[in-house]
Amino acid sequence: MNEKVDVLIIGAGASGAAMAWSLADTRMRILCLDQGDWQNTSDFPSNGRDWEARLTEDFALSPNRRRLSADYPVNDDDSPIKISNFNGVGGGTILYAGHYPRLHPSDFRVRSLDGVADDWPIDYETLEPFFALNDRMMGVASLAGDPAYPEKDQVMGPIPLGRTGQVLGKALNDLGWHWWPSDAAIATREYEGRAPCINLGQCGSGCAQGAKGTTDLTYWPEAQRARVEIRPRCRVSRIETGPDGMATGAHYFDADGKEHFQPAEIVILACNGIGTPRLLLNSASGRFPNGLANSSGLVGRNLMLHPYAQIRGHFDQPMDGHRGSPICIWSHEFYETEAARGFVRGYCYQFSRGMGPVRTATTGMADGLLPWGEDHHDAFRRLFGHSAGMLAICEDLPEEHNRVTLDPDLKDANGIPAPKISYRLSENSRLMLDHSVERGVKILKAAGARDITTRAPLPYAGWHLMGTARMGTDPERSVVNEWGRSHDVKNLFIVDGSVFVTSGGVNPTSTIQAVALYVADQIKTRLYELFD
Amino acid sequence: MTQTMTDQAETPPFDDNDGTLLAIVGHMIPASARHGVPGADDPAIYADILRSVGRDRQALAEALAAVETRAGAGFAALSRAEQAAVLQEFRADEPALASVIEAVTARCYYRDDRVMASIGIEVRPPFPEGYAVEEGDLSLLDPVRARGPIWRAP
Ligand SMILES: Cc1cc2nc3c(=O)[nH]c(=O)nc-3n(C[C@H](O)[C@H](O)[C@H](O)COP(=O)(O)OP(=O)(O)OC[C@H]3O[C@@H](n4cnc5c(N)ncnc54)[C@H](O)[C@@H]3O)c2cc1C
Ligand code: SF4
Repeated sequence: MNEKVDVLIIGAGASGAAMAWSLADTRMRILCLDQGDWQNTSDFPSNGRDWEARLTEDFALSPNRRRLSADYPVNDDDSPIKISNFNGVGGGTILYAGHYPRLHPSDFRVRSLDGVADDWPIDYETLEPFFALNDRMMGVASLAGDPAYPEKDQVMGPIPLGRTGQVLGKALNDLGWHWWPSDAAIATREYEGRAPCINLGQCGSGCAQGAKGTTDLTYWPEAQRARVEIRPRCRVSRIETGPDGMATGAHYFDADGKEHFQPAEIVILACNGIGTPRLLLNSASGRFPNGLANSSGLVGRNLMLHPYAQIRGHFDQPMDGHRGSPICIWSHEFYETEAARGFVRGYCYQFSRGMGPVRTATTGMADGLLPWGEDHHDAFRRLFGHSAGMLAICEDLPEEHNRVTLDPDLKDANGIPAPKISYRLSENSRLMLDHSVERGVKILKAAGARDITTRAPLPYAGWHLMGTARMGTDPERSVVNEWGRSHDVKNLFIVDGSVFVTSGGVNPTSTIQAVALYVADQIKTRLYELFD
Repeated sequence: MTQTMTDQAETPPFDDNDGTLLAIVGHMIPASARHGVPGADDPAIYADILRSVGRDRQALAEALAAVETRAGAGFAALSRAEQAAVLQEFRADEPALASVIEAVTARCYYRDDRVMASIGIEVRPPFPEGYAVEEGDLSLLDPVRARGPIWRAP
C-alpha cells in the first residue's frame, strides 16, 4: 500500500496547481494525482506543417473525438453545447486561450442586485489579493486602467491590438461602447523563465513557445521545488471514507491499469465542473448512498456552461489572419442588467483575429461563403487573412435541471462510469444570445465588414464547467462551505469551477484560481481547527 | 459500454478503391491555371488526404456511401456533368456528411507547399519563427478612458 500523505489533491489543472503551490509552504506531505501526463512543448501542433489538422485529431477539443488514453468519455448527447476539456498536467490551461478576465464585483451579489440565483458567500474584495497573487504567478499581460473593473495592477504590458483590435476598437468608439485590450495569461516579455509570445496564433492547441500561462509551466515547477509530488497517469475511481464519515484516501488505476489505494489526511478535489461531481457520485457508499458530500442533493446540479454566440465578418483590407494570440480585445458594454433588454444579467465580448487556411476553408464552405468548383479559389482569397469577429460569453444562471449524472452504460477505459450531461438553454440565455448577435453584427457593420456569419449557441463551446458543487453557508443549499470544505465530510475540499455559485459573463479561470488560492489560505489559517 | 481510449494515432491509408473520393475532391477544389495551383486531386495532395483521414474514417465512408447511393451505378463512371449534379444535391441535402469530405480535403490541400505559396502564407509551421503583429495605437482608448468607470458597485 502507498504511504499516507497529509494532503491528496486530485487533478493537476488550473485549480489543483494553485492549491498545491500555496499549501507547499506548510511543509505538509502533498501528493497530486492526475489521469493525464506532462506535456512536451515540442509535441504541440504548431511545430509541424499539419498544425491545423491536429486541431481536430489528437488536439481536438472534445474528449470524445480526441480519445487519448488520458481522456474519459462524456455523454453530452442531451445538451446543445458539447463538452470540451483537456486532461493532463496543466488541465484545461493547456488548450485555453489564456483570455483572463476576472469576475466582476457585481457577480458575487446577483440575488441582492437582480433578484436571481444566489449571492456568493464571499465577494470580490475577499478574492482581490488572490486575484493579484495569481496574476503574478500566471504572468498576466494587461493594460492598467480598464474602466470596466476596479483598479488592478499591471504585471506586464498588453498583448498587441493588431489590425483586428484597432479596426474593431475604432468601430466601438464610433458606437460609444466600451472596449479594452484583454487581460491575457500570455507573457509579452521574458517572465519567470518563460519566453515572450511570438504570435504563433495557436494558443488553443498548446503553446510551443511556452509563453502562455499554463500551470505545468507556472505553478507546478515551483510546487515541485517545494517538494510537492505529482503522480501522472493515475485515474481516481472513488474516494474512500472511514467509519467516522471522514475521507481516508482514494482508489486509483495507474497507467498499467493496476489498482491502488492512496491514504491521506485531507482530500482536495480539483477535477473541474464535470470530473468532480463524477468522482463524488462514483464514491457513493452505504453511508453516502447518493454520492459523497451530497446530503443537499446538489452534487452535479446547477451545471453552468456559458452559452456562446459567434459573430464573424470579412474585410476588404488585410487583417491579422492566423497570426497572434487569437483574442485581442474585449468589451464589457453589455455586462450589467438593464431591464429594457428583457433579460437579466449580461455578457461580454471577446474579439478574435482570423483563422489559418484550413479553418478558413472548412468554415467558409460550411457557411456557404466558399463554393466548390472553379470559383473556390477567388472566394478563398477574399476570405483568407481578411476575417475578424467576436464571441459573446453569456452569463449562465444556475438551474437545477442542468446537471451531471452518471451514465448507466458508458464507462471509461478503466471501467469507471462516465458522466452524462443534461443541459437546456434557458429563455434568459436565448434572449441574451439574440441580443449579443444583434449588437455584434452592428459592431462588425460599423467596422465595414461584409459576409457576416453568426452562430448561437456555438455548439462545441462547453469549455467553462461550473456550479456542480456550489459553495454556500446553508448545507441544504450548497455542497461546500464558504471556504471550500464539504459540509458533510470535514476533511474533503473542492477548489475547481464546481464551487461557483453563479457563472458571471466572463471566462472563469482567473476566478477559479483565485478561489483555489483563497481556500488554500483558509486551510493554512485554520490548520489546527480544520475539521471542527 | 466501455470506451477504450488510446494514444495510437497511426492508421492505414483510407481505401478509395473505386475512386469516388478522388473524383469528389477534384470537383470541390479543381486546379487553377490562373492562380497557379493544383487541384485537390493532384497525386501528392490526394495521397496526403488518404493518409490523413484519421478520426474521420467511419464518417468519410458513410459520406462516400451516401454519394454512391445517389449516383446509382458507380459515381466515378458518371460524366463530369452528372457527377456535379449528384454532388450539388448531396451538399444541399446532407450538409453534415458533405462537411466531412470538406474537412478531410481542406486539411491536406491547404498545407501543400504550392498552395501555401499561392495564398501568400509562409511555407513553414508557425513555430519556431512565429509572426509579427502590429502593436497598435493605444491612444484609440482615449474616448473609453474619458467615459470613466462603468463597473457596477455591488
Ligand atoms: C479549448 C479551451 C479554451 C479555453 N479558453 C479559456 C480562456 O481563454 N480563458 C479561461 O478563463 N478559460 C478558458 N478555458 C477553460 C479553462 O481551461 C478551465 O476553466 C480551467 O482549466 C478549469 O480549471 P479546473 O482546475 O477547474 O480544471 P481543469 O483545468 O480541467 O483540471 C482538471 C484536471 O483533473 C484531472 N482529472 C479529472 N478527473 C480525474 C480523475 N478521476 N482522476 C485523476 N485526475 C482527474 C484532469 O485530467 C485534469 O487535468 C478553456 C478551456 C478549453 C478546453
Ligand atoms: S500566440 Fe503567443 S501565447 Fe499563443 S501560442 Fe503563440 S506564442 Fe504562445
